[in-house]
Amino acid sequence: MSSELFHRPITELAAALESKKLSAVELTQAVVARTKAVDGRVKAFNSFDEAAALAQAAASDARRAAGQARGALDGIPIGLKDVIAVAGQPLTASSKMLAHFVSPYDATVTQKLKQAGAVLWGRLNLDEFAMGSSTENSANGPTSNPWDLTRVPGGSSGGSAAALAAGEAMATLGSDTGGSIRQPAALCGVVGLKPTYGLVSRYGLIAFASSLDQIGPFARTVEDAAIVLGAIAGHDERDSTSFQTDIPDYRAELGSRRGPWRLGVPKEYFGEGLDPEIGAAVEQTIAFYRGQGCEIKEVSLPHTRYCLDTYYVIATAEASSNLARYDGIRYGHRSKNATDAVDLYFQSRAEGFGPEVKRRIILGTYVLSSGYYDAYYLRAQKVRTLIRQDFLNAFREVDALITPTSPMPAFKIGEKADPLALYLCDIYTIGVNLAGLPGISVPCGFTRSGLPIGAQIIGQPFQEAQMLAIARTYEQAHDWHNRQPQLR
Amino acid sequence: MSSAPQLDIDHVARLARLALTPEEKAKFAQQLGDVLHHIEQLAKVDVSHVEPTAHASPVYNVWVDDVAQPGLPVELALKNAPAQRQNMIVVPKVVE
Amino acid sequence: MNYEAVIGLEVHVQIKTKSKMFTRVAAGYGHEENTLTDPVVLALPGALPVMNKAALDAVIKAGLLLGCEIAPVCKWDRKNYFYPDSPKNYQISQYDQPICLGGAVEIELPGPARNVMGEHKKIPLTRIHLEEDVGKLNHGASDSLVDYNRAGTPLMEIVSEPAMHTAEEAYAYLTSLRATMIYGGISDCDMEKGQLRCDANISIRPAGETRLGVKVELKNLNSISFVRDGIAHEIKRQLAVVERGGTLVQETRDYDGQTGTSQSLRSKEMAHDYRYFPDPDLMPVKVDAAWKEKLRAECPELPFAKQERFFKDYQLPYTLTSVLVWDRALADYFEETAKLSGKPQSAGNWIVNDLLRELGAAKLALSNSKVHAAHIAALVQLVDAGTILGTAAKEIFVEMFVSGGMPGVIADRRGLKAAPTDAGELEQWCRDAIAGNAKAVAEFKAGKDSAINALKGPVMKAAKGKANPKLVDETLRRLLAAT
Ligand SMILES: [Mg+2]
Ligand SMILES: [Zn+2]
Repeated sequence: MSSELFHRPITELAAALESKKLSAVELTQAVVARTKAVDGRVKAFNSFDEAAALAQAAASDARRAAGQARGALDGIPIGLKDVIAVAGQPLTASSKMLAHFVSPYDATVTQKLKQAGAVLWGRLNLDEFAMGSSTENSANGPTSNPWDLTRVPGGSSGGSAAALAAGEAMATLGSDTGGSIRQPAALCGVVGLKPTYGLVSRYGLIAFASSLDQIGPFARTVEDAAIVLGAIAGHDERDSTSFQTDIPDYRAELGSRRGPWRLGVPKEYFGEGLDPEIGAAVEQTIAFYRGQGCEIKEVSLPHTRYCLDTYYVIATAEASSNLARYDGIRYGHRSKNATDAVDLYFQSRAEGFGPEVKRRIILGTYVLSSGYYDAYYLRAQKVRTLIRQDFLNAFREVDALITPTSPMPAFKIGEKADPLALYLCDIYTIGVNLAGLPGISVPCGFTRSGLPIGAQIIGQPFQEAQMLAIARTYEQAHDWHNRQPQLR
Repeated sequence: MSSAPQLDIDHVARLARLALTPEEKAKFAQQLGDVLHHIEQLAKVDVSHVEPTAHASPVYNVWVDDVAQPGLPVELALKNAPAQRQNMIVVPKVVE
Repeated sequence: MNYEAVIGLEVHVQIKTKSKMFTRVAAGYGHEENTLTDPVVLALPGALPVMNKAALDAVIKAGLLLGCEIAPVCKWDRKNYFYPDSPKNYQISQYDQPICLGGAVEIELPGPARNVMGEHKKIPLTRIHLEEDVGKLNHGASDSLVDYNRAGTPLMEIVSEPAMHTAEEAYAYLTSLRATMIYGGISDCDMEKGQLRCDANISIRPAGETRLGVKVELKNLNSISFVRDGIAHEIKRQLAVVERGGTLVQETRDYDGQTGTSQSLRSKEMAHDYRYFPDPDLMPVKVDAAWKEKLRAECPELPFAKQERFFKDYQLPYTLTSVLVWDRALADYFEETAKLSGKPQSAGNWIVNDLLRELGAAKLALSNSKVHAAHIAALVQLVDAGTILGTAAKEIFVEMFVSGGMPGVIADRRGLKAAPTDAGELEQWCRDAIAGNAKAVAEFKAGKDSAINALKGPVMKAAKGKANPKLVDETLRRLLAAT
């Protein structure tokens, strides 16, 4: 293997492990060493447990030696966003509120990765409680974009995107409520997939907005993403919103689905506010598909302009309730300045939460409060119906949609101080969450200044196999995904 | 929602059990005022014949059978507790 | 001025399930503190709720028993409020689409005398919804301790219309509701264990007024008699305030059953704004006809219907039915005894008068009794055949209760059976009795049948109590007829 083991896709590493040219311990050691070497600059990790990772790697090697290897992920180091529970490991949501919380239980995706033999590696930084688009709202400080360390990696799963781009893990998991996987994937030049709502269990994922949250993979290639998705997808009795559906072999399906496809281009996604370099790169992506014989069709999603507002009402309302449990009573930060039992809530929450979390709790509490529910929450739920209907209408004519993932490339840390300006980062990704659809961001070029650009492919509900095949077709004809950041 | 929304930040912060500093109050009131102003445009959408979407793909009757399974051992249940005594969580005296 | 009280009750009933409402850790009472928890109960980060099918079955059954309309679709809402016993700081409940609507609780008011049936009424229900219980706070001198064992237990909230007017009605309502829940196997309704809890909304208004007065919510009515006493006390208190010329304020009051006083809970809390919204973690429930019918088939006959049937089928008096029908096991026990003995009245008398007395004295439950239906049936038959006399039977019952032996065996061993008497000897005793009681004979001849009893005494005395009473009766009548 090359010296840059940590930049290889899982498919290659799995083959090396399988043929015993490489051991899981060697691979994990390489990733640990890489993390120690670069994370002082990237700051993608909240914490890691080297001993636990090496023990899992050794167990993987023992399984393989006994002829009991469990598939492509056995022995592969995978990092988890610090909102996904791992028994015995910290679970902080990058919040002071949970700074000392150790999870007594595993998330379902964690159990599934363990069953697949993966080596769980590290707790990855995020915007506190997944609220943000830049990973600047972290109690642990911002993560840097490996392509330009003065810039943000996107968010909220910025640590997951940056760690992968910097070679600190072979794949990572993030969570996506309004674009929190796809947007940082685009900004960090990796593949990021948000599954259909209900495909992946949310049990053990710290809730931000329950009706929108989904866990999904970051990977170097579409095929790697297919492998990780296959490992974590599937119905879970512990999540009532997880869907009963057969999980195909996503990796195998990549080979059997070749198109051509009918692809829709929603005109509302190419207007004002879109960075011209990004617009051009996505246009070229569309041209590629046309060249492949795909039918390209302009479609309209007329309620797109209401997505952001609908999202902020629904997401903050749900969050205000989901975050009520952080009160410093059973666990979490407890204020020493409280005067009585009631004040304990006020002070613990004031001390434990950062400003963006407080802002969203206030907004969410307000839109649910007496006299405002109908005007805000109920109305947003109705507009949500129209937004979903737009997508379903479009899917009568096309198999998938192509859009930019983010209106802008990675921006400077500290550049966007105004919350509203930051909220606009998500305009192309939010609709997918509101409609419960799958979406994937794939690298589709670089700006002149060397920042990655991503294109988003939006699939039909539970049609991840097709969406992945469409993305793979593009990836196989391009080599954006093979470029590596210089960590400057 | 027709006129400019009035966000009584003290009231809402009380509902949310958040102690805010005067600076936070002023800042949030202004920032959230902007956000709410933006959200105002939802009033323009005609939703008179639209059902709300609570779940993108709603399914009915998701349940499991009533079979008791082991829970957390008490040590693990209380491991993250800021204060505990006699296997219970300690809170300041609650006056009803 | 004449005032009328208006009372509505909100009753919380814990459903008897093996696991909790939204997670599968065991539900139960009396366990070591915080041993019935899991990530969902403690509201750990990332935990999610999943419905318990048995709890849904139970609440639908409760609705069917009370004649509610079962909503074809219902959903879950979050009721947001902060309290240390509430782990998520919201309660999963049902707001605008409860599972049961309408229905009624049939009650019986006290009759003019103990042995006379009282007036029956139907108290209409507003709704029944399903929710989850909270944990338990133990208040100490300087702090409070929280135990989450109870948190997440399935809980039904049964809300009546403000349709009761006296403490007696409220008492009857709870008694009937409680029996219904126990009958349906829905809950054990042990108020000491908090399995049934009651809050009352009480107001008064001038007679004839139709609008409701200022409502006071009375909390902590921890036993059925406290409910009656507390409500009576509160009505009196409100009348006194009005008669003094004072004004009633809407408030929550805490009733102390020990001292019989109440006290305002002037909560320092701001007014509640529960910010209800549909719980995005749970899917709605659809109840179809097949599900309802399956549960309807499992619904037992309720006490008042049973009472009607006992009147009709067994010709039992009110005094017996009013005791038998309120306990399903006791009623079943009676029916078995009636069937085995063929003598429902005697069976009922033995059960209500003797068995219940002994069980009470021994502080035993019926299920632990050594006297089974077959024992009582055998005793009834022995008495009826004259093989055992009344006084001996009482003695036999007491021993049977202690030992569990069959009555015939006990009677034999202790020589308590009526002795087989020489026919000639018996006839002579009867002749002597007739000869010595001219007054009774005259009365009998004059048509007073019961006068014959005065003749039986001397015969029994001569027989040392062991004559077969049936034979004595026959012999006396034969001789009297010939006189
Ligand atoms: Mg209530
Ligand atoms: Zn309730």
